[in-house]
Amino acid sequence: MRFGYYPGCSQTGTAKEYDISLRKVIGKLGVSFDELDDWSCCGATSAHVTNHKLANALAMRNIALAGTQGIDNVVAPCAACYNRLVLSQYETMHHPEIKAETEELLSAKFTQDIKVMNVLELFMKIGLGKIIDNRKHELSDLNVACYYGCLLVRPAEITKFDDAEQPVSMEKIVEATGAKTVDWNYRVECCGAAHSIARRDIVIDLSKKIIDDAVDNGANVMVVACPMCHTNLDMRQRAMKRVYPGHKEFPVLYLSELIGLSLGMNEKELGIDLHYIDFKYDGNILKNTVA
Amino acid sequence: MKIGVFICHCGENISRTVDCPRVAHFCEGLPGVEYSIDYKYMCSDPGQKMIKDAIHEHKLDAIVVGSCSPNMHERTFRNAAVSAGINPFLVEIANLREHCSWVHDDVEAATEKAIELVRMAIEKVKRDKPLTKIKVPVTKRVLVIGGGIAGIQAALDVANAGYEVVLVEREPSIGGHMSQLSETFPTLDCSQCILTPRMVEVYQHPKIKLLTYSEVVKVEGFIGNFKATIKKKARHINEDLCSGCGLCITKCPTKKKAYNSFEEDLAFRPAIYVPFPQAVPNIPVIDETVCMYYKNGKCGMCVKVCDREAIDFEQKDTMLVADIGAIIVATGYKLYNIDKKTFDSKYKGYGEYGYGKYRDVIDGLQFERIASASGPTAGEIKRPSDGKEPKKIVFIQCVGSRDPSKGISYCSKICCMYTAKHAMLYKHKVHDGEAYVFYMDIRAGGKMYDEFVRRAIEEDQVKYIRGRVSRIYEENGKYIVKGEDTIAGVPVEIDADLVVLATAMIPHDNAPTLAQTIGIPYDRHGFFNEAHPKLRPVESTTAGVFLAGACQSPKDIPESVSMASAAASKAMILFASDTLEREPVVAKVNEDLCAGCFYCKKVCPFGAIEVKDITDVNGIVYKEVAYINQGVCQGCGTCTATCLSKSIELAGFNNEEIFAEIAAL
Repeated sequence: MRFGYYPGCSQTGTAKEYDISLRKVIGKLGVSFDELDDWSCCGATSAHVTNHKLANALAMRNIALAGTQGIDNVVAPCAACYNRLVLSQYETMHHPEIKAETEELLSAKFTQDIKVMNVLELFMKIGLGKIIDNRKHELSDLNVACYYGCLLVRPAEITKFDDAEQPVSMEKIVEATGAKTVDWNYRVECCGAAHSIARRDIVIDLSKKIIDDAVDNGANVMVVACPMCHTNLDMRQRAMKRVYPGHKEFPVLYLSELIGLSLGMNEKELGIDLHYIDFKYDGNILKNTVA
Repeated sequence: MKIGVFICHCGENISRTVDCPRVAHFCEGLPGVEYSIDYKYMCSDPGQKMIKDAIHEHKLDAIVVGSCSPNMHERTFRNAAVSAGINPFLVEIANLREHCSWVHDDVEAATEKAIELVRMAIEKVKRDKPLTKIKVPVTKRVLVIGGGIAGIQAALDVANAGYEVVLVEREPSIGGHMSQLSETFPTLDCSQCILTPRMVEVYQHPKIKLLTYSEVVKVEGFIGNFKATIKKKARHINEDLCSGCGLCITKCPTKKKAYNSFEEDLAFRPAIYVPFPQAVPNIPVIDETVCMYYKNGKCGMCVKVCDREAIDFEQKDTMLVADIGAIIVATGYKLYNIDKKTFDSKYKGYGEYGYGKYRDVIDGLQFERIASASGPTAGEIKRPSDGKEPKKIVFIQCVGSRDPSKGISYCSKICCMYTAKHAMLYKHKVHDGEAYVFYMDIRAGGKMYDEFVRRAIEEDQVKYIRGRVSRIYEENGKYIVKGEDTIAGVPVEIDADLVVLATAMIPHDNAPTLAQTIGIPYDRHGFFNEAHPKLRPVESTTAGVFLAGACQSPKDIPESVSMASAAASKAMILFASDTLEREPVVAKVNEDLCAGCFYCKKVCPFGAIEVKDITDVNGIVYKEVAYINQGVCQGCGTCTATCLSKSIELAGFNNEEIFAEIAAL
């Protein structure tokens, strides 16, 4: 099984470990990526809040690249990239005037139907059976809070993948690793996103509430599929401690890292050691360890 | 033939772009035209007098009026002609306003066109034949579909005027949603106290035949002459024998087997039940899906305790056919629910409010039952999950309504009022409780309505917050309601014990099916369409079918009742004479030419065409031809255009007349 791969800027910087772990995990599952050659910015935040034309053109440039490189499905692991690509594609393909305008800007023709996928769709497509079959450890003492954030499954009318308010796909994937999932309330709430830069106070409050609700509902680890969420929930915990002195550090993993652990890789291989909040996975403590 | 031509200026409406005197003058010289004149207002009294006088003076046989659309004044000019002794179908209208002056600005060209239009009308009127109105008999009996307050009111009005009524209700009892309500706004009088006397009156009325637990499955015929087929579902109780003692219900071993839908699923009922104590008729129904007898052939406890031997397990559905003159549709509404919907459903659920998984997030009708003295909590405000008295209630308005993203763009109209009532009832029963209302706008148009809302806010200290609720979730037995106060501009979070959603009013699932059965149009939501939104609000576009209550659009009780009385009087207007007159513009088959292909039967949108046998002198059928029921035919002309052998003619618009018009152009 081969998929096109659009890493996006985060995967090369703040979310390097997401990129590392994702590539390793899919390799273990017998899947490979064809990285888009010459990919560029998806147009997130700065472009789409200031100039629609620019935002559309940036995203559609990458879609057009996929077309010319013979790739018909593209995995965008970052939730923001995914959202930008899917939305721009929808806008462009549903409005002939936008399509004509963007095609002219890019000197390209959008003829193919390129399927853009997030990581949840990717693992669903690969098949949960593959994860279960390749599992080295059953992570049964992990109580996982699956955090979707705002962009991963929204807007549902366009992403047409999971329920926007009560999604279930990440839970299904996590349960395939043998871990338990907890029922909690902040699964699709906002983490504060790009306010991380200018209004850190907002991000700290919002992210603190998310972590607290996960803990209150019995989680001992959180899993995310978005570099921005991870930044706010992992990196900002230090600042959180200054505002809320009683705050206890809480580990936040990428979905690919959790799957990697169950496939038998260690923290270093998966890049978990790059996180601000340590997460030590001690295989000895875990029950039902398959050799 | 002597023809008179009358050209109207319509004030300046026509004369601004059409040179009316020139048109009139031109027509003077046309063959057959005896007299031609123009005038400022032909429809006015002097204008009509001018027509009548000209008919007498010049001994005219037919007239052409160049004026506004025939939709406006055709009847006026025909009546004027009739009073001067001319057949009304020898009057032709040339539409010089909508078809000419209003849509053009070049006077020269518009005048030329006006002349052409009048010339066409002259050629047609030369070939017009005098026609007489068709008379059809009327069955003076009304079918009322739906036994809620609208259906009850319509049935009583018609019956009290002395006409027969067949009232069909799908549920085991009449009463509808109104019987579920605790108190009514804006007076806070008890809903059942004002409704049940009407229900009893219906039951006792000698002119009303009440068919409960029944459904209309087929409607044939036309105004004054409908034939309705009604399925009477098997109650498994002999209605003539049952005394309504209720012993069977108390002894039924399946005590709490099924949800009680009258209590909005907040309570249970056994397999044999009456929906509520004041049910009319007070005759139980056996629910086959729950009854032990239908499961394993055992039990029969009800048979043992019934000393009148009224239980009849073998009873089957029966079909009744009734001759009907007019139909009043009053099937009401249901509430939208917030549950997760299928992907392709026209509605979307509220995942942000938990898709209905929280037991203490209820809808308006459920709160009515909780607040009702006859309800599952005997009128004490207790929440469904643990029966505790809620100390903090959040009411949310516009759940579904006015939210196109959930599939409902309209306002449900009654929610602002009943939410204020709910909050008030709660405060009257739980004095130390807090009530919050999230609203978008308060729409309290109606007599004493806004005063009622103010009373909730000012006297009962209900806290109104303008804003939407983004999320509800459960935390330690409380429901965290997160919303926004858009006036203060701050996020709001309330830990409520109970949340009441004012969910949208939507049509019943089978409303479109019923509309198709009766042959009436409905809108994209499934509400039945009125013939005209302002001037014909209780008539459907199908003659003889009237609408009442929330099946047409969301409505409160007084509006439903007014509409029901209006529909009843519309039906009674039909019954004021023994025969109905209708326009003779209907199609007729030339039986000698008809080849019996019946393409016409396939294309007729009104089902007016039947198969007729032609027999020889010995009574042997040698040919089948099309036959057009003059009572049903609406004169649309589809059959005429379809007929291969050109053997159908539409009276008033036959081929000769139409071709003469075209040739004159």
